[in-house]
Amino acid sequence: MSDTSPGDTYRPTQQARRVLIGLGAFTVAILIWFVLSATGFSTGGRFPTPTDAWRAAVQISTSPGYAGGTLFQHVLQSCRLVLLGFAAAVLTGVPVGLLMGASRRVDALIGPVFSLLRPIPPLAWIPLAILWLGLGDMAKIFLIWVAAFTPSVINTYTGVRNIDTTLIEAARVHGAGTRSLMLEVLVPGALPMIFTGLRLSLQASWTTLVAAELVGAFTGLGKVLSNAALDINPGMILFAMIWVGLLGAAMTRALEWIEGRALPWLK
Amino acid sequence: MAEVTPGSRRSGRRLAVLSIAGMVGFFAFWQLLALSGWFPERYLPGPAKVVETMFALSIDKYSGATLWGHLTASIGRFGIGFLLAAAIGIPLGLLMGWYRWLDDIVSPFFETLRFVAPIAWVPFAGLWFGTGIGGPTLIIFSGAFPPCLINAYRGAKFVDKRLLEAARTLGASGPRIVAEVLLPASLPSILAGLRVSAGIGWQSLVGAELIVVGSGVGYMMVQGQLNVDTPIVMAGMVAIGLVGVVIDFTLRSAEGRIKKHWGR
Repeated sequence: MSDTSPGDTYRPTQQARRVLIGLGAFTVAILIWFVLSATGFSTGGRFPTPTDAWRAAVQISTSPGYAGGTLFQHVLQSCRLVLLGFAAAVLTGVPVGLLMGASRRVDALIGPVFSLLRPIPPLAWIPLAILWLGLGDMAKIFLIWVAAFTPSVINTYTGVRNIDTTLIEAARVHGAGTRSLMLEVLVPGALPMIFTGLRLSLQASWTTLVAAELVGAFTGLGKVLSNAALDINPGMILFAMIWVGLLGAAMTRALEWIEGRALPWLK
Repeated sequence: MAEVTPGSRRSGRRLAVLSIAGMVGFFAFWQLLALSGWFPERYLPGPAKVVETMFALSIDKYSGATLWGHLTASIGRFGIGFLLAAAIGIPLGLLMGWYRWLDDIVSPFFETLRFVAPIAWVPFAGLWFGTGIGGPTLIIFSGAFPPCLINAYRGAKFVDKRLLEAARTLGASGPRIVAEVLLPASLPSILAGLRVSAGIGWQSLVGAELIVVGSGVGYMMVQGQLNVDTPIVMAGMVAIGLVGVVIDFTLRSAEGRIKKHWGR
């Protein structure tokens, strides 16, 4: 874990020790995996062997691929949908959160309805989305929007509410109108919380998309997973899971990079 | 922004009126849209129809059980996975907070696996443990485990150093420090983690039931979807939301009681 307790900063040697032990543990685990597979301990076709994983990787990477496309096509489809749904959620959620935070009337009007719908987990919307919009892109984008909208709104709202009232009053005293109050005080003040919301939104988007594709889709990584499960192909399941993890990590890193550039004063 | 001005009571009343108006407006709009006849009722039932369906489902069976039967099956699965996650995650997190070598070994695996969405375990869960009890339990576990471990670990790492030094000076052994110093001191953090993990676990279970399981609310909703019966699907959504609220409320009140009992 990257965080350390206060007053307990790692010295370089300790850092090196950590990395070394981590790498060692990984190596040992992979060795155990190879040995177990080679000795035929994990037979029965339920547990992937390194050969299975390699064969699956080759099969899906080369044309015609697996489950209706090559790896590249599946990854592209999943990423495209996540970005579209995420963008839709952010572009609607952040303004709603700002409005609810800035105006008590808007908060009173929307807040209760919002907290009424919130307990329904995004994954529970999947059957409804399929009924209304089918198995295509629109259903997925709708689901991602449902999943990512809530964290965007809540964190933006909290960010605005936590701004020091003195700042707002000072801006008002100096003659700031609604527009400049919004753009120059509320948005920058809430920005760290907004980014927290974006990170949670992105995670929710990714989980929801994978689930939605597992339930039903034409292409995408979730589709690969569900096909591999039906074919009882553990190597392919493992390979698809690795990609689900890799893409999730890459998206989080990308957002952190943007956050670092957007909030230079926090670094 | 709690401003206490002479007019605040009146404005408070106006806000309450707005809240009620928002709720009423939402349900009225939904009901009117359903009544308008633009969409067939099997696609868009009004709120009245959804409530009616929930009552009907408590008496009549749908795809093998009543709504409450399905809910009981789901809650049972959730309970097993959640307890397992807490029983492994919390001790492991505390031990990692004390023994650095354990932290060094476990953390890389944990950090790597955490990026895989819990729901992506569904194929392996089915393959390894079947779709009855074992498979869904693994999925709930993979969703509920990280918050348990992380919060126990953080709690243990942020324990007052003086307590640890005092315990060590008095000759306490490692396991004893973990059990008698780290555990009580990190209890607030652990309890907060339990609440997060219950939320994620419940939502992961719903996902699992949509995909593989042959009973439970998620399964009922899939059957409703296949039969193009939106009232069933919506009744399931409402039930899932309600159970989620009850779980959260239960843990919240347990948290309050334990904190009070333990003495701040």
